[in-house]
Amino acid sequence: MTTLETARQLPPVAPVDPPRAASGLSSKWWIYALLTVGLLAMIGPFAWMLLGSLKTQRELLQIPPTWLPEDPTTANYTRLLDRLDFPRYFWNSTLIAVMITLSNLVFCSMMGYALAKLRFFGRDKLLLLVLGTMLIPGSVTLVPLFVLMSKLGLVDNIFAVILPAAAGPVGVFLMRQFMLGIPDDLLEAGRVDGASEFFLFRKIVIPLSAPALAALAILTFLPAWNSLLWPLVVLTSEENFTLPVALAIFARGQFAADYGLLMAGSVVLVVPVILLFLLLQRHFTQSFTMSGIKG
Amino acid sequence: MSAGVTRADQVVPPGTTWSRVKPHLTGWMFALPFVVVFAVFLAIPIVASFVLSFTNFGIANIQDWFSADLIGVENYTNLVDDEKFLKAARNTGVFVLFGVPLTIAFGLIAAVGLNQALGRAVALFRVGYYLPVVTSIVAIAVVWRYLLAPDTGLINLALDVVGIDGPNWLGQRSTALGSIIALGVWRNLGFDMVIFLAALQGINPTLYEAARVDGARPWHIFRHITVPLLRPAILFLTVITTAGYLQLFEEPFVMTGGGPLDSTLSVSMYVYQQGFSFLNLGYASAIAYALFVAIVVLAAIQFRLLRSDDTA
Repeated sequence: MTTLETARQLPPVAPVDPPRAASGLSSKWWIYALLTVGLLAMIGPFAWMLLGSLKTQRELLQIPPTWLPEDPTTANYTRLLDRLDFPRYFWNSTLIAVMITLSNLVFCSMMGYALAKLRFFGRDKLLLLVLGTMLIPGSVTLVPLFVLMSKLGLVDNIFAVILPAAAGPVGVFLMRQFMLGIPDDLLEAGRVDGASEFFLFRKIVIPLSAPALAALAILTFLPAWNSLLWPLVVLTSEENFTLPVALAIFARGQFAADYGLLMAGSVVLVVPVILLFLLLQRHFTQSFTMSGIKG
Repeated sequence: MSAGVTRADQVVPPGTTWSRVKPHLTGWMFALPFVVVFAVFLAIPIVASFVLSFTNFGIANIQDWFSADLIGVENYTNLVDDEKFLKAARNTGVFVLFGVPLTIAFGLIAAVGLNQALGRAVALFRVGYYLPVVTSIVAIAVVWRYLLAPDTGLINLALDVVGIDGPNWLGQRSTALGSIIALGVWRNLGFDMVIFLAALQGINPTLYEAARVDGARPWHIFRHITVPLLRPAILFLTVITTAGYLQLFEEPFVMTGGGPLDSTLSVSMYVYQQGFSFLNLGYASAIAYALFVAIVVLAAIQFRLLRSDDTA
């Protein structure tokens, strides 16, 4: 850690890298060429998915393949509506992801505040306990959670998906690390004026923590939206399926070779995330570096 | 990053019991909602799983938990003779052994390249490289299965053009695991790239200046300045990528279902199979715990190795 920290703390003397400016684009063409090849490999499959979703089954299996749909059709999408209950899965996925995100924002920010700014009995042990669970693989809790949900009568209920994800250690860690940086003097002044901790939390800490909250929202929404394993285990009837569960089951079952339908379903699953990603791009990468380098 | 002493204790006037108890109550009030969820759905299940791993808990015991029998370490000793588990462990090991260095290497290459690029192109490249990280594995599997299809897939058709007869990538034992590794690298390298990019932008440009003035070649600058300064990022990524890859589940689950002939079966998939297909919940817990131990041990070893290099 030390070398990097020191290197970072040195003042950035040269704001523009002179050799870079001098050599310009021409000497770097091969870097751009390589990056572009890489880019095609990364986003090509998504383009292929979108194009494929607009082709007929006959065109999808044609050799040689067509790049652009010869006869663009929305039939695959209408089939998602007519033959499958995709609006329902979309609603389930949205409901689950939004509820998980909101509860994490509330629970993790409260817990983060307690761990960062309040002194209470057992605090440091609690922190260690929470951090200690971060390396534990998800498959460890899979079986006991299922047993618990059976006992609670929540199997095949979307709350069985929401509850275990309602608050996670990563979120607590992120919020605590961020809130440690809020000056104590600010809170102190409020305390002297007789403000309650809850008032300070709502009026000072939460507004100041906006960047961390944005990062946390992204960090919880994404896995909740994309989550596959646990919903697949605990949701059994079709009306409760989320988008990934429905698509995974159809892809392995009766629609395994129906690429057009599956790719249309994939587009429906991926587009909301891509839109969010493009909109909140800065927050996205920040959220991962925040949870990463700082944690 | 130590917790430090917050000043809440200083405002508490010495005296009444209430004023001494109040800050503790306030603290716990803020902690309680999280602690309840954490305890019920994470901490207790972790302990329960450990207990379950010493029982023959099956689907019949699901309503009356205590009707299961304690069988000691039998589940764990059975692991050693379980061909399928050994195969899953081997596959997972191969996935980690090749997947982790490849993901980190490609992530580093992308980050170094991107760090040289200028202007709006950077944003475009960053979004593109990051896209697979944020999208659902199910959607990724759908399009990759289509791309890798033996006769109609774009990859084999492209290979055909240059005269290579492409294999049935996911359908034969010799190429299935390799395809899964490639997919894992493709899907995760964007995350490593973002972490490396953040670390690269933290490196002071004067260090490069000085090296250039001294006549160092680009490769030497990379090897002797960039890589050593990236060591914390490399350590971090090695540990979390290894921990993540040891839990390999989604890629083979959606791409191959573990086949052909278990050649892509992973340990986490086997937990799922034992638990929810064969309903041996006790045995499944034992497999999960064995995986947990492997993750902790490997993380500890990596910390040792990469840390000591740093101080040497």
